[in-house]
Amino acid sequence: MAIKVVQRRPLSLAERTYLPQILAGLKVTWDNLRRPPVTLQYPDERPTIPQGYRGVPTLVRDPHGREKCVSCQLCEFVCPPKAIRITPGEISETAENTHVEKAPKEFEINMLRCIYCGLCQEVCPEEAIWLQSQYSMTGTSRESMVNNKARLYELGGTLPDSHYKWDKKKAEAEKQAGGHH
Amino acid sequence: MVTDNKPSLVTINVDGVEHQVAAGANLVDALAKIGKEVPHYCYHPKLPVAGNCRMCLVELGSPLRDRATNEVILENGKPKIGWQPKPAIACATNVSAGLHVRLESPTVKSCREGVTEMILLNHPLDCPICDQAGECKLQEFSAEYGRGYSRYLDEKNAKPKKTKLGPRVTLDDERCILCSRCVRFCNDIAKDPVLGFVNRGSYNTLTCFPGRELNNNYSLNTVDICPVGALTSTDFRFKMRVWFLKKTPSICTESSTGVNTTVWSREGKIYRITPRQNDAVNDTWMPDSGRELYKIVEEDNRLTSAIVKGTRTSLESALNVADAILHQGSLAIVGSGHLSVEEQFFLAQLAKRTGAKTYMPAHRGQNDGLLISEDRTPNFRGALVTGLTDRNADHDLKTLASDIEAGRVSSLLICREDVTRLGLSAAILTKVRTVVISTHADATTSAAEVVIPGLTVFERSGNFINCQFRLQSFAQAIPGPAGVLPDVMILARLAKSETTAVWKTLAEQNPVLASVAQGLISSEGIALDGSAWSHLSFCESKLLKFAPQPKA
Amino acid sequence: MEQILNNLVLSPAWYYTAARGLLVIVVLMSIAAYSVLLERKASAWIQGRIGPNRTSHPVVAWIPFLGTFLMKGGFIQPAADGLKFLFKEDALPGHVRKITYILAPCIALAPALIALVMLPFGELPNGKIITLCPGADVGVLFMFAISSLGVYGIALAGWSANSKYPFLGAVRGSAQLISYELAMGLSVLTVFLATATPQENNALSLVSMVKAQTGAWNVFMHPIAALIFLICIFAEANRHPFDMPESETDLVGGFHTEYGAFKFGLFFVAEYSHMVIGSSLFILMFLGGWHILPWVPTIGTGVVASLLGLAAFFIKLAAFLFFFVWVRWTVPRFRYDQVMRIGWRVLLPVAVANLIVYFLWYALKG
Repeated sequence: MAIKVVQRRPLSLAERTYLPQILAGLKVTWDNLRRPPVTLQYPDERPTIPQGYRGVPTLVRDPHGREKCVSCQLCEFVCPPKAIRITPGEISETAENTHVEKAPKEFEINMLRCIYCGLCQEVCPEEAIWLQSQYSMTGTSRESMVNNKARLYELGGTLPDSHYKWDKKKAEAEKQAGGHH
Repeated sequence: MVTDNKPSLVTINVDGVEHQVAAGANLVDALAKIGKEVPHYCYHPKLPVAGNCRMCLVELGSPLRDRATNEVILENGKPKIGWQPKPAIACATNVSAGLHVRLESPTVKSCREGVTEMILLNHPLDCPICDQAGECKLQEFSAEYGRGYSRYLDEKNAKPKKTKLGPRVTLDDERCILCSRCVRFCNDIAKDPVLGFVNRGSYNTLTCFPGRELNNNYSLNTVDICPVGALTSTDFRFKMRVWFLKKTPSICTESSTGVNTTVWSREGKIYRITPRQNDAVNDTWMPDSGRELYKIVEEDNRLTSAIVKGTRTSLESALNVADAILHQGSLAIVGSGHLSVEEQFFLAQLAKRTGAKTYMPAHRGQNDGLLISEDRTPNFRGALVTGLTDRNADHDLKTLASDIEAGRVSSLLICREDVTRLGLSAAILTKVRTVVISTHADATTSAAEVVIPGLTVFERSGNFINCQFRLQSFAQAIPGPAGVLPDVMILARLAKSETTAVWKTLAEQNPVLASVAQGLISSEGIALDGSAWSHLSFCESKLLKFAPQPKA
Repeated sequence: MEQILNNLVLSPAWYYTAARGLLVIVVLMSIAAYSVLLERKASAWIQGRIGPNRTSHPVVAWIPFLGTFLMKGGFIQPAADGLKFLFKEDALPGHVRKITYILAPCIALAPALIALVMLPFGELPNGKIITLCPGADVGVLFMFAISSLGVYGIALAGWSANSKYPFLGAVRGSAQLISYELAMGLSVLTVFLATATPQENNALSLVSMVKAQTGAWNVFMHPIAALIFLICIFAEANRHPFDMPESETDLVGGFHTEYGAFKFGLFFVAEYSHMVIGSSLFILMFLGGWHILPWVPTIGTGVVASLLGLAAFFIKLAAFLFFFVWVRWTVPRFRYDQVMRIGWRVLLPVAVANLIVYFLWYALKG
């Protein structure tokens, strides 16, 4: 890009006294003063949370109430401040969703570290971790600011799931179980 | 067998560029050596070629020659190349002079796309729960050479999942791409042919022979060589994703074979041990039993603080007491083949200073003909090289016991050995003042006056000399328990010596080690000249890469 | 000796004086405190905020309607601020010059209090002047002399803190005061030329100045002098855009960087006291003092007129304090070199020229 040199216009006498500018400034602040305040009285009034808001990361269940997370640890890997800590575990043979094989034994998100970037939600292959509308996290100790698995599911609740990826796999397997010869 | 150390080189042409490679080498290996990757699943340099995955298809050609004159036909001043009409697999091709290879042509590209698509037809794509994710060849090659989407509309085949092939290996048949590496390993390396394929076409399934299971001591190598997540380690299953793990080169302490290993750890916790390739020692294999050794780190009877007369105390005061004991009268030292070369060196210095007699307890087991030798300590040769001992290992300590009974020994230093198993009972130990350096509590430590905690092989670094007189390094993978000093520092202090000059002194004192300077030991290790000790009768018999010296 | 002591301690006049002294402090402190509230509220309004609206006391909150109003208006806030300053730990940094460090805030506040005593607010029906120290009509020279002493507090604070930023702030403050004092004096001189009668006793009296404005206010008669004086009182009070001694952005906190707790509170009050005094002087000299409107001598008679006059003065004062605040949240701070340039190269020549023009005007008029 070419650089164009612009000559600075010499100031007029009125401009050099600086007074008209100050008066204009005073008018601007006066106009502002007469406008109503935009402040939200926070604890009494709450903001409306828009769609797609990135609040506290939570774990969600599918409409059947089963946990969606398979502890692939991609969120733990992608998390820039290393706020997520997962202990993977195996789903027991007797569980209803044993065909999913893997689930987190423990899942911790340290909200003192979390920067609400949403990369965990973006990377999750199971759509199990969501940044929802909860925005106010308080605690009285460092430990209380670490959300464990139970708390994450309590915050997350249930989200609709149109895929049922693992159920489809199970159904296909059962259909073919009769043999193929 | 190539007996010549310097194989003759031939010129091959890869995508129009000429390279010098070793004659007769496998084309995949030769190309890897010049930095060209040929994607492959079934080919493994240490296994027979099967050629069934078809991933390594390349275009091959050679200069055309006139049938009559056998002259190279020129075209525009260059030799005219006769390209084979169909692509060929690189893994079944040996390099010959004038070979022309195309790795980047449209044909090769479409071959790879096609093969990847076919392999992925019935692959479950359950990477989120698959332990192989992160070190999966299928994942890598699909990303690099695949088309990125599937045109397959039908249902995928369902195959057995979570099959327990043996005590340590779990099989997921849906993920299997039928490369047959595991079958060939069991047949040719482990000599325990229990795996095979049943059914045909899409229903082709890996399985164990009826009534058999994959339970040999090398079964976990099938997990290592499986290019996908079909065979997984039951011990490591769902424990941790591999991309979090830190890799540390180490040496297996199971036997004097000195198997090269990689220790995989995260934040001070070891998750698994896998073999590290060393063609002079263990190729790419290691026994299952050696992979379990990391569990000693977190065993309940681990010693984490110094003990004097049954009470826990600071390391400093325990070392002062130990120092007084070692210099109070006639000392005997029980060394160990589990000590590193450096530690043995300081122990030998201490023995020299105090005029102590030294003993090296023997640990003997069965030779399995592959990677486990009779001597179940990693570093008996180190004791010879450092001068800690000059005779064969002691099968019992009866001489020492009678010396103690006769009052000829008044104090005793024991390193990493439970002497109560070798005829030195706790009752005898109480007759002398005993200092023990050990990692775990046992009958010996409970009978000793001073116990100083030691570090396991994963928590310290050093060098071992294996049965081939090969000097090999191991590095610290995880931090030790808080407040525990490395054994080498403790022994150096007891020997009133400095840790810094250990290799300089060793190289000066010992002609065998003259060429070795610490820090320059390569990952394959350094073969030392062991002829000075050929008069000793070593216990090891033939192994995968070791043959005992014929007796003169 | 005993006689003097008796006179001092026991005479009713002494109690009277003491009560008035207390009154000065209470009035000034509360005006300063509520100036702070005005500052906080006005800045909030200008920035689209609400300002202090939470502080209250259970007793106040219990009053229906009024309690809510007091809380929302932030009227309890100054008390909370003052209490906070009073009860904070009064830390003494280890590297300061202790005696002067403790003395500096007192020296900053004392001139403000003294000057306030001398300010006339209104006129009683009997012609007496309403002021906190009746009978001492000391005139404008005294006011200038005393209020200029305020910079000693700043200079002393900056020097005794033994740290570079306070020192820089103090140096800037002193330089600024000297630069603007000159123009200020010269600008006022033109007004006194017009109003003072040469033979009169109290030629430079503020009261006679107000009385001279019964008709036209001086701001209309001497607009240039008024403008120069206005700019100068901004500089004298160290208010934006002339807050050189503080300059938070480049000097951390300027002269009071090393101060905290009540000592900082005293500096705070001193700054707002200077605002009050500067505003009062401008009102008395240019805005007709306690006259309600220009060209309107009096409204009502007797006590009503006095009360209306007093009210007019305080309404003007409140408006002028608001103007101080308004300017602060409009105009950014000048650079130090700009401050010096305006003082020496603009205001001083203009003031001198203004004086000469008036000299000539009066000389020609005869």
